[in-house]
Amino acid sequence: MAAAGRSIKEQAKSGRLVVTVLKYLTLVVGCLVVFIPIVVILLGAFKDGKEFANTGVFELPKSWSFGNFKTAFFEGKVLLGLRNTGIILLVSCAGTILTGTMTAFVIQRFDGYFTRAVKGLFLLATLLPNISMQVTVFRIVSKLGLYNTMWAPIILYVGTDIISIYIFMQFLSQISVSLDESAIMDGASYPRIYFSIILPNLTPAIATVLIIKFVSIYNDFYTPQLYMQNEKLLVVSTVLYKYISSTTIKWEVVFAGIILCIIPTLVIFLSLQKYIYSGLVSGSVKE
Amino acid sequence: MFEKKQKRSFKEWFHTYEGQKLYVSALFLLVPLVLLLTFTFVPAFNMITYSFQERDQFGVDPQFVGFDNYKTIFTNPDYFITFKNSLYYLVGSVVQQIVALLLASILCSEIRAKGFFKGVLFFPYLMNGVAVSIIFLRFFTKGNPPLTQEGTLNSVLQMFGIDPVRWMDAANPVLVNCCLVFVSIWRYIGFDIIMYIGAIQSISPDLYEACDLDGANPFQRFRYIVFPSIKPIISLQLILAVKGAISVFEIPYIITGGNYGTSTFVIKTIETAFKKKQVGLASAMAVVLLIIIIIVTLVQKFMFRDESEVEARESAKKKRLKMSEKGAA
Repeated sequence: MAAAGRSIKEQAKSGRLVVTVLKYLTLVVGCLVVFIPIVVILLGAFKDGKEFANTGVFELPKSWSFGNFKTAFFEGKVLLGLRNTGIILLVSCAGTILTGTMTAFVIQRFDGYFTRAVKGLFLLATLLPNISMQVTVFRIVSKLGLYNTMWAPIILYVGTDIISIYIFMQFLSQISVSLDESAIMDGASYPRIYFSIILPNLTPAIATVLIIKFVSIYNDFYTPQLYMQNEKLLVVSTVLYKYISSTTIKWEVVFAGIILCIIPTLVIFLSLQKYIYSGLVSGSVKE
Repeated sequence: MFEKKQKRSFKEWFHTYEGQKLYVSALFLLVPLVLLLTFTFVPAFNMITYSFQERDQFGVDPQFVGFDNYKTIFTNPDYFITFKNSLYYLVGSVVQQIVALLLASILCSEIRAKGFFKGVLFFPYLMNGVAVSIIFLRFFTKGNPPLTQEGTLNSVLQMFGIDPVRWMDAANPVLVNCCLVFVSIWRYIGFDIIMYIGAIQSISPDLYEACDLDGANPFQRFRYIVFPSIKPIISLQLILAVKGAISVFEIPYIITGGNYGTSTFVIKTIETAFKKKQVGLASAMAVVLLIIIIIVTLVQKFMFRDESEVEARESAKKKRLKMSEKGAA
């Protein structure tokens, strides 16, 4: 009896061991699938043109020189792309937060036929597929004279971002109305309530929206590609796209450019990891 | 005298909360509403109107053509093939959900370096789409067009003694599409993993304990505890996958430019509008996409109303139980 009991225990133990090994194996394979394509880019970015053409993809570069990075950054216009993306990001984030919180405030706090109708309009707008809408949005943007200016993407990022309004509304519904009411007792006006009660209390929601905005704007390719053909208005995505759409491609420089464009994302990810996970997920669930 | 009085009362009214509500609403909503109308509803209205017209590049003298544009979409094989291509992505996202679920449940078990694995698997989701596409251009091929085959993947295969494969081959659109679906999974799976981790972690630990007491193995545990608890999320993800599959754009647009038989519905729409300048036809395509999305959304809303009702009933039951327990105590 005792022996049989032990062998069952041992079996269970070895079974658990197999499961554990399988678990780690799966994770390691998953990570390799993520890493290998990127590592090749990183290695390639350090090789010079001849070396790049003649060595295998996994061969280490002879010397770790940053020449390609320098070329990509200045001549390859990565610097310009980062600058333009930065400006667009800054203005659109500020715009989204201001208009988004204001809209959410009015819709959530002033209940009435009008605000309900407005809410319905915004919800209806979430259905419209963004990219294929550009077929007709394009005409309006160019009629307004916004084509080939930074205002085109900025206005589209601010004006068609309904998810943010939704997140703000969701969050506002959790902020007790009694806060507003006590402020009203003290004689505060509605604008005052918005600026000194609602806005500060929305900080976590604002952080979530900022994260979502950063990811979507930094990575957006189509809006700048369509509306900003001007060389001076290249953003991160279009700089990279320009590399591969030209006839002669210097791959080692392209790779350096890619690495440079990923670094800001990596830094933000590593420093805000926790908020990014929860922010992105909460943003999507309410979609 | 009379006028003064009225003015004052207006001023007074302006400072009452009713008055404030009105002007604050007007002030706060003005910009968002103008933007919403100009960049969403006016273009949507135009889209529907244009879809029944034959328009030239400049929109001069549009002709009403009835449903001709819609007929083209569903009868011209050049356009209809894009629906077939979206099936690749639909199947791909089923695979993606299964793999994501597997990885998520591993990441929820007792394991070392959880944060590291989670971070690595999630990071591609944050990467720039153009960067991802170029990385995979290199992964499958090498050099300037015409592309040679010494890409990363073939180098890996050669290490295992497998002959190189022509991944990006115009003669083999099935393979090219599968490659693109792989890239899409690579990029988006991290997000699903995080979603599933959240869902799995919200399962009550009591259930696991009961499970361990009954001596269930990990697979039974998954089958009888984890899977039923996260079923709603899985079905939501699968519904959203339909939306995703029909709106695929960036990865095939950058990697193959829609060549080699990899064009998707959205790529075709954009090409029709901005390369061929057939705005009428493109608008009709956008309307078709809109209709598909509306149907999917309705299905989703319908299914989820049921789920939330069930949840509400259950939580009410729990509350009642708690109350009765308290009463008993």
